[in-house]
Amino acid sequence: MLLTLLISQFSLFIHQHLLSLLIWLPVFGSVLAIALNGDRYPQRARVIALITSLITLLLCIPLYLGFNPALSSMQFQENVSWISAYRINYALGIDGVSLPLIILTVFTTLLVILAAWRSIHLRVAQYMAAFLLMQGMMIGTFAATDSILFYVFWEAILIPMYLSIGVWGSDNRSYASIKFFLYTFFGSALMLIALLYLGLHNPEHDFMIAHFYPISLSMPEQVWIFVAFLIAFAVKIPMWPLHTWLPDAHTEAPAGGSVVLAALMLKLGGYGFLRFTLPIVPDASRLLDGLMIVLALIAIVYIGLVALAQVDMKRLIAYSSIAHMGFVVLGCFMLFAIMKQTHNELMAYMSLEGAMVQMISHAFSSGAMFLAVGMMAYRFRSRLIKDYGGLATSMPLLASFFMLFAMSNVGLPGTSGFVGEFMIILSAMQASFWITAIAATTLILSAAYTLYMVKRVFFGEITNPLVAKSSDIHGFEKLVFILLAFAIIFIGIYPAPLLTIMHTSINSILYWSLQTKL
Amino acid sequence: MTTLQQLLQFPAIPEIALLVMTCIILLIDLFMGKKNNGLTYMATQLSLLITLALLIQLHSIPSQLLFHQHYIWDLAAYFIKLCILVFSLFAFVYARDAMKTLRIHSGEYYLLGLFSILGMMVLTSANSLLTLYLGLELLSFPLYAMVALPRQSSLSAEAAMKYFILGALASGLFLYGLSLLYGVTHSLILPTIHQNLLMGGQSSALLSTSLIFILAGIAFKIGAAPFQFWVPDVYQGAPTPVTLFISAAPKIAGLALAIRLLVDTLPSLFTYWQPLLAIIAMLSFSLGNLVAIVQSNLKRMLAYSAIAHMGYGLLGLVAGTPMGYTMSLFYMLAYGLMALAAFGLLVVMSKSGQIEHVNDLKGLNARNSWLALMMLLILFSMAGIPPTVGFFAKLGILEALISVNLLWIATLAIIFAIIGAYYYIYVIKVMYFEEPEPTVTDLPVANDAYLALSINAILLLILGLFPSQLIGLAKAVFFTINHPVY
Repeated sequence: MLLTLLISQFSLFIHQHLLSLLIWLPVFGSVLAIALNGDRYPQRARVIALITSLITLLLCIPLYLGFNPALSSMQFQENVSWISAYRINYALGIDGVSLPLIILTVFTTLLVILAAWRSIHLRVAQYMAAFLLMQGMMIGTFAATDSILFYVFWEAILIPMYLSIGVWGSDNRSYASIKFFLYTFFGSALMLIALLYLGLHNPEHDFMIAHFYPISLSMPEQVWIFVAFLIAFAVKIPMWPLHTWLPDAHTEAPAGGSVVLAALMLKLGGYGFLRFTLPIVPDASRLLDGLMIVLALIAIVYIGLVALAQVDMKRLIAYSSIAHMGFVVLGCFMLFAIMKQTHNELMAYMSLEGAMVQMISHAFSSGAMFLAVGMMAYRFRSRLIKDYGGLATSMPLLASFFMLFAMSNVGLPGTSGFVGEFMIILSAMQASFWITAIAATTLILSAAYTLYMVKRVFFGEITNPLVAKSSDIHGFEKLVFILLAFAIIFIGIYPAPLLTIMHTSINSILYWSLQTKL
Repeated sequence: MTTLQQLLQFPAIPEIALLVMTCIILLIDLFMGKKNNGLTYMATQLSLLITLALLIQLHSIPSQLLFHQHYIWDLAAYFIKLCILVFSLFAFVYARDAMKTLRIHSGEYYLLGLFSILGMMVLTSANSLLTLYLGLELLSFPLYAMVALPRQSSLSAEAAMKYFILGALASGLFLYGLSLLYGVTHSLILPTIHQNLLMGGQSSALLSTSLIFILAGIAFKIGAAPFQFWVPDVYQGAPTPVTLFISAAPKIAGLALAIRLLVDTLPSLFTYWQPLLAIIAMLSFSLGNLVAIVQSNLKRMLAYSAIAHMGYGLLGLVAGTPMGYTMSLFYMLAYGLMALAAFGLLVVMSKSGQIEHVNDLKGLNARNSWLALMMLLILFSMAGIPPTVGFFAKLGILEALISVNLLWIATLAIIFAIIGAYYYIYVIKVMYFEEPEPTVTDLPVANDAYLALSINAILLLILGLFPSQLIGLAKAVFFTINHPVY
């Protein structure tokens, strides 16, 4: 009797604080890994990190099952007054946009921890702690419904990320990590001013994001806020010409760091566009959507060409990430043109939805490729394409997995990469043929640079004697790839569950984006 | 019994007790200090603890004026004195171990420190121009002497000379400003000056002249640009325990000076001093952050960082709202904690050789990962990265500025904060991304200092996660009606 009562109390507690648990359990895990002297006993740190991330993955099950896709409001809400003097609340909640990203975060961190099992030997506890911290902060960013809380999490990610690039990165790591830090810090600082401005000018005098939506703002105000947001999100996503930190950071970071950067960190930018820019400053977005589309097209075409010229595998994938994120930006900002041309809200909706799907699928394909390159670099101590060749003969399993990920990156039908790109191109077609035509060159370009790399690395003559006698992937490495391949094919063939979750929330974003606030 | 109770309820009892105990320690040190090294230290800490206890039991005493209105007891005085005492306690804990290796007669360090603390407390409670000046000088003179403690070091002598001459000049300017103010308003008592100014009729030329001199004095004492020239030399030249002492508590006392004069006495001249203070603040944070980038000497870098932080601290006063004043106070407290921890760490580490250059911290993570983590927290807090207290202090300042539509100052402030982040993360890079030289040994650290340092640094994180309490206390200072008895 008592036991059942306890269990029911316990499950109620978990249900009510699910988001807090998802944020703070990893933080607790990271403290534990450090406190139990995991640097001296690395296995201890690894096990703690694995258990923590498995628990958070388990917690995602009630989160997913308890989520009601029909509601456009925030769910699993928690709201406590945090800093009363500033009227900042500890307010959490998720909707259909943040739920997939949160599950993605938990999933990715698990992969990173598994992938680091064998390959990281230096300061293991600190490594695990850094990535667990990143997981917690990342979930916090996606779940925060108070803008200052959002900003706190958003910035707090920089600390573990900076350290992970700098401590476990390769030769040029100091330069890359400092560049990464200053770029992203610079980007977000102006956003803070915009958030404070919005907080002080809304009638409720607090910083809840939902309260920012109905504020009426004049056009100059909107443009300033738009620019402040744009710099923040354009650095994160990243958009040309603010992208230069990304190739450096990606290349120098350890494999886990690259994965988190590509799969999660870049998504913060897209999330920002959907959560802040479009609903809060719709008129400025409509005014400046031409600029955004042009920047997105430059990212798609120009960065695609740059990727073609890379000799370093990680750098190549990094540039390919920028090009793919250009698609996300395009999807976010095409909706005004679509509405103007056709007044077809369904197409505008599809454009936004395509952006979301593209973010998720890019996380899988680029994350998987970074992991694969990480495994190769760990075995052969090189990331340069010219050092490889004929890897498929000695590592057939890796080669076939890599082929699948590359295909998803290219956007082959049946893989997740196809769904998002197809939705964005299809909806953009309603607005402008030329924009669509330019954007569609990505299909050729991405095929060119990805397959060209695959060809040179996996096929052809074996030039490197090390390659000939290397062993194929095993154990956790295999597990990681099977999980990723499953996710890519599942979303590619049957994206319906993902789309159902997002449907109502994207509709509500669309609703706010089409309002005028003048 | 009743007389004892009455005595304890007397608002000036902490200062009186501190003075008496300091004199006793002076005698103890003179006759027994040479043989018994730890004795003066113990007596000093004990006297600070007693003063702290006496102060805390006064917390519910209503605001009042004493000594013919020359002395004020109010919430601001209580709160700021509390911080000064706690900061000094921490500073002495860090300094104890290092003083042994420095071959300075340590008794003098503690005694001069005690006199300076007394000056800070008098300054904080000043209600007339005379008491203000008295407190200020009592605060400054022991500091000049402290900088010169290592008599053989030419660097220290130079720093002390500079500090003394510039300090004396600034005191002169400040005193001249005060005398003009006295001449114009015919009163020494701050509330009376306030009343007289409200009635008007004074010559605005005289008033603005006196205001400029007063602001110069304040800016000098807290080390804000363009009166910052002494800061880098003194921070670098003084022995690290002295720098540690100078870097925290006197800054808060300096803010108390600004609050007493500008906020309490001259609010009617707000339109005069706001632009001047804004210029001082902007100069400080821009110059401090820019010059700090090129420093390779750690103490000098932290000195420029201190100049920058003073600029941010003054911005709350520039906003001119009670919330802004609160945020200035909160900022200075947060900065005091950070500076204390940063220099504390240098002092604690200096046991195995002086820590002077940034490269001395090389590979700290590999040598002692706990100390490296503490320094990481301190530096991120100084850079203003959440979730440390440094971020929330800056946030409050920015919010206060934006609420009075000074958006451009807020934007400028944050841009320079980004520039400043570079040198903090550069130090982190040196600590974490580089391996130590194979020759260096491990770091022996005294247990008490280790504990105090851990508390201090973790406090930066805790206060960042739960800043509400402290902000509430700072807010009470400016939002309670029992403020002065005007």
